[in-house]
Amino acid sequence: MAPRLTRRTVLHGALGAAGSSLIPWHAYAQGKRGGVLMVAADSEPPHWNGAIVASNGVFFVSSKVLEPLADQAFGGSGVRPVLATAWTPSADGRSLTFQLRSGVKWHDGRDFSSADVAFSAMEVWKKLQNFGRVVFKDLEAVETPNATTAIFRFSKPIPSQLIVNALPALSTVLPKHLYENTDIAQPSHPANQKPVGTGPYTFAEQKRGEFVRLERNPSYWAPNQPLVDRILYRKMADKGAVAAAHESGELHLSCFSAVSTADAIRLGKVKGLQVSTKGYEGILYTATVEINHRRKELADVRVRRALRHAIDPKFLLDTVFQGFGAIATGPIPASGAPFYTTDVAQYAFDPARAEALLDEAGYKKGTDGMRFALKLLPAPFFEQTRLTGDYLRQALRRIGIDAQIEANDAPGHIAKVYKDHAFDLAVAALVYRNDPAISTTVLYRSGTPAGVPFANQYGYADPEMDKLIDQAASEISDADRAKLYVAFQKKVMTDLPILPLVDFPFLSVVSDKVVNHHNNPRWPVSSWADVSLA
Amino acid sequence: MSASPDRGGRAADFFAGRAFVLIRRRLAQALPVVLLILVGNFVLLKLAPGDAVDAYIATVGGGDIGVVSRLRAEYGLDQPAIVQLGLYLWKAIRLDLGQAVLYGQPVLTLILERLPNTLLLMLSAVSLAFGLGVALGVAAARRAGRPEDTAIVTLGLIVYATPGFWLGLMLIVIFSVKLAWLPLSGIETIASTLTGWERVLDIARHLVLPTLSLALVYVAIYMRLMRAGMLEVYGLDFIRTAKAKGLTDDRIAYRHVLPNAILPMVTMLGLQFGTLLGGSVVIESVFSIPGIGRLAFESVVSRDLNTLLGIVFMSALLVITVNLIVDLLYAQLDPRIESA
Repeated sequence: MAPRLTRRTVLHGALGAAGSSLIPWHAYAQGKRGGVLMVAADSEPPHWNGAIVASNGVFFVSSKVLEPLADQAFGGSGVRPVLATAWTPSADGRSLTFQLRSGVKWHDGRDFSSADVAFSAMEVWKKLQNFGRVVFKDLEAVETPNATTAIFRFSKPIPSQLIVNALPALSTVLPKHLYENTDIAQPSHPANQKPVGTGPYTFAEQKRGEFVRLERNPSYWAPNQPLVDRILYRKMADKGAVAAAHESGELHLSCFSAVSTADAIRLGKVKGLQVSTKGYEGILYTATVEINHRRKELADVRVRRALRHAIDPKFLLDTVFQGFGAIATGPIPASGAPFYTTDVAQYAFDPARAEALLDEAGYKKGTDGMRFALKLLPAPFFEQTRLTGDYLRQALRRIGIDAQIEANDAPGHIAKVYKDHAFDLAVAALVYRNDPAISTTVLYRSGTPAGVPFANQYGYADPEMDKLIDQAASEISDADRAKLYVAFQKKVMTDLPILPLVDFPFLSVVSDKVVNHHNNPRWPVSSWADVSLA
Repeated sequence: MSASPDRGGRAADFFAGRAFVLIRRRLAQALPVVLLILVGNFVLLKLAPGDAVDAYIATVGGGDIGVVSRLRAEYGLDQPAIVQLGLYLWKAIRLDLGQAVLYGQPVLTLILERLPNTLLLMLSAVSLAFGLGVALGVAAARRAGRPEDTAIVTLGLIVYATPGFWLGLMLIVIFSVKLAWLPLSGIETIASTLTGWERVLDIARHLVLPTLSLALVYVAIYMRLMRAGMLEVYGLDFIRTAKAKGLTDDRIAYRHVLPNAILPMVTMLGLQFGTLLGGSVVIESVFSIPGIGRLAFESVVSRDLNTLLGIVFMSALLVITVNLIVDLLYAQLDPRIESA
């Protein structure tokens, strides 16, 4: 008879093993082989190609299958080698040489080589990827003198620090032999539906609306890894159901706040479960008020400052975010060393000052106590952005601004804010990705064509700001780069083109049975090669 | 076309002839309705802000402008709306369901994968609701005005007023989390290797809670309808006659009242079938069941015309069929009604 492997028998087996053992769980830290890791998946992206879009929703699954050249790590230089073992910039800043790992095989048995890296860099990251198009825009060629060396040649000097910082999110390597001469960006591309990578797990099966199944890659390049036999991502659309599944033990793990914050706090007290905000340091989100400068009131910096004075981020942090996060001091979160600075303009919570500023700008209160009305569009993607929208309406009412909330579903929101600019204020959660030049400065640089999401669609254009951003993007000295970004942060907080309010991590709920979890700064989207089940 | 059969005018043939006329008429009526639904669908989805590519950007959390505009061109979203409508209807006429815009799968496969789950869930829920509703309705009607009647009616009202998702979550908390008797989500154990009866049993266990949470609302409807129907028939002359003949209460209730009171229930069943085929977004979400309801919801949220077209087609087809069956059933249940 075929062995029957059901979730329950597996879980009971695991429970039995843990119960019968007197050794504390961390003694297993080197990892026990076997088991099925049960994970909740709340979103279901249309494809799993992590090389064409830096997306945490895609990475959540694809990062176990496809690997980048390097990933983030706690401590050390902050970056640890994955498919590349070492990298050396040339003195003139015009080339960067990668030593690649040898003996790596694609899941279909073909050898991984520098040709795959060259293909991915030139044909995918540079041409098709949302952030790669900016970061790799000056990449001219990738030379491959042998199978384990790839030399990136740039048309002008570029900061190697930026490239290295970009590796975790932007350097997913695709197999050239499956993508060459095909429509790489087409979601229905067979390899985008069933990715073939070099990672610790192979993509075995997906049933849309139900689950994704990954299986252990027995010929993974790292010795004795991976440890788990199988990862099952189960599609669960309801947050309450995810919470219940954690309590019943049907799930080991959920990430990206798949349960509501209130439920997470409750589950954190349940025996056998814990809540983690660690492991999100490299993918921190900033709750931000986006501002449409095409509205004449909002083009006035005094009005924008008044908005900021009217908002109490401490209150937001304590209520909406339940204390998970930190007040944002500027466009870069505190974890963004070496760029982060607190030496910027500060705005105290001071409604009286806000009202004075509005009066000064010439927007007096009308007979109904209101100065003007604004359309406020909270992003529907997250509980946090929706609730921040609710708070904002109240806070702005107090200073005589009638912010009318307009709720849209996801495509509606994207179209109205980033394509049609049919908003006055919006609430977004924007990601900081390890270097300001990746996904942060695009929010402030002018000249973005309409339709590019999560970028400056705000009608904000300041030549001085543009100059700062461009200088920093081509400055090859690390120290001078850091200085330019300090100037950038100061400028942002003086001009307030948009309002960063709270830096927040998402929450993971994880069973005590999971070993080696949340041990790197972007853990939910890392490879999980060292994860095991006690 | 002549519909009269040339073989002898026996009842069965007569019935078949009548049925044929009915089917033909129904199909003729259905065509403009389906066309209207299709155009309505298209217009509604076009009126909603954002298109399929915006939905793509939202799910992956970003997108390169070059890729985005290429996708838009590929799906024909850069064409004028009227051209898009034309293409959409042309596809509908050829019964070409095509590819789900952003799922990268043929629409037919998607629907066929999910339809069985929805049908299974809905049929079990309706059977339970119908059976329980009739039983409770009869019980309440026979004890009209007495405490048992009040109890049943009150209970029905409470259940009817309870939101399905809350009921579902409570059932999950009690039976899956606290008691651990039943699995809490999915239609079967995922990625399992079960076959044969073991698989059937597995699916049945998974169906218990969603069926209950879905059926309880309908039980209340059927119960009230049955009760009202029974009470109405009880007041008619032929029941008085039956009583005068000295028939037992049971015989009167089950042989004379029940058959005459069941007709509105059949109407209700037919009406509800349409709703049921749409699946239940809420219950399917709470119990993580991949069904038609969620697929329809997701195709609206992702502005996926192709998938929506497929679902509408399938639903229209099934609703027409079911209504036809109900009409034919009428004729059987009550000879006074002609099936036309």
